[in-house]
Amino acid sequence: MNFPESLRYTKEHEWIRLEGDVATIGITDFAQHELGDIVYVEIETLGQELKSGDVFGTVEAVKTVSDLYLPVDGSITEINPKLNSNPDLVNTDPYGEGWMVKMKVNNTADVNNLMDAAAYQGVVG
Amino acid sequence: MKNTPFTDKHIALGAKMAPFAGYNMPISYTSINEEHQTVRKNAGVFDVSHMGEFMLKGENALDLIQRVTSNDASKLTAGKAQYSCLPNEEGGIVDDLLIYCIEENKVYMIVVNASNIEKDWNWIQKQNKNKVEMHNISDDTCLLAVQGPNATKILQPLTDMDIMNLKYYTFVKGRFAGVDNVLVSATGYTGAGGVEIYFENKGDNADKIWNAIFEAGGPQGLKPIGLAARDTLRLEMGYCLYGNDIDDTTSPLEAGLGWITKFSKDFTGKEFLEQQKQEGIERKLIGFEMIDKGIPRHGYEIKDHSGMLIGYVTSGTQSPSLGKAIGMGYVRNMFAIIDTTIFIKVRDKLLLAKVVKVPFS
Repeated sequence: MNFPESLRYTKEHEWIRLEGDVATIGITDFAQHELGDIVYVEIETLGQELKSGDVFGTVEAVKTVSDLYLPVDGSITEINPKLNSNPDLVNTDPYGEGWMVKMKVNNTADVNNLMDAAAYQGVVG
Repeated sequence: MKNTPFTDKHIALGAKMAPFAGYNMPISYTSINEEHQTVRKNAGVFDVSHMGEFMLKGENALDLIQRVTSNDASKLTAGKAQYSCLPNEEGGIVDDLLIYCIEENKVYMIVVNASNIEKDWNWIQKQNKNKVEMHNISDDTCLLAVQGPNATKILQPLTDMDIMNLKYYTFVKGRFAGVDNVLVSATGYTGAGGVEIYFENKGDNADKIWNAIFEAGGPQGLKPIGLAARDTLRLEMGYCLYGNDIDDTTSPLEAGLGWITKFSKDFTGKEFLEQQKQEGIERKLIGFEMIDKGIPRHGYEIKDHSGMLIGYVTSGTQSPSLGKAIGMGYVRNMFAIIDTTIFIKVRDKLLLAKVVKVPFS
């Protein structure tokens, strides 16, 4: 399973990539594999100011549904428009085309406090 | 947690495993959608060895079966199988099951849900007043379901028994892939056609049959299929899953299982069900499809246009074959009419759905 070194991770299996004060967020390869075929990504928090740990959306797989948790404080600035018609991008390219939201991060130091790839690897065994 | 004789194979194949009814079972090997399509369009193999099997023998075996089940097992002749259920006395269902007539009036095999083996055994034993010989052969029995339009064509070279022309709900017993005493029945819970293969879990039987099936079918695209796709396949057909759509509190009449409830004979729970039939049921199991975007799940509330609670979802999924979200659930009678619009409460939202016929199309 693939966990890129350049990303930070949460124990809820989201990844985050920081560029300036804008972060891109998605779910990990482990998460997409556990969920199985993803059929619907519902995110209705565009423009909202949220705290770390808040639910920013929901992902529906054939068999199960799972909430998406924001890794750090900030506001949602963009939702991946491709997921509406191609939710399976989350399965096929979780770190690329399958990203979920972009957000403006309140405090960029928060991102560096999250797990790195090695630590996350330890969480998922 | 128990293993089936095939557990090591599932793990070696990289299956996602999970506990199901106390067994370590394969949920999915590659992708649910892919596995689902393999069964609908070609053929796939399910390990369902966790299912329970009881043998009932002797001159009173049929009497006992007639007493505990709702369908009319006296219609069965050797080589025929029947779908039935064990009603309780309060208008609920102890389990749904298959009855195989091995020898008319003498030898029957009943096949029950893995999660209910002990409950069913005790329930039937309690009513076994005439000392019918009963054997729980669940742990000694392997069961592989080979399902799909090409299943019997793939399997035919493995046996001299004619399985390509086996009629629905009939079975044959004999030599299969070099193993004796194998029961092959034209049954299954996918709606895709195919057979179920029962055989003794002894020696290298399990290895021999599994390997022979994949050697014969591998080149033709036969694949192992997990329980997740089994669930989407049965749901598309509108088949009830025990524990989801039917349980100890749902009556066969409410569940649309009136066709296996025969009032022409005596059985446990008959009085309650006959009265229920006369008075009319208050709720009914329906199929529905989502109009708004969202996936219904077991336990979600069903409401009418005014927001009044009218029932609950019992099963739901995104249908891999139809590309839309479908579900089943109990609703008050007056809403159980095709094309009636209903609302499914998905998280905080009421999403529009409509009642449709099953099998879903």
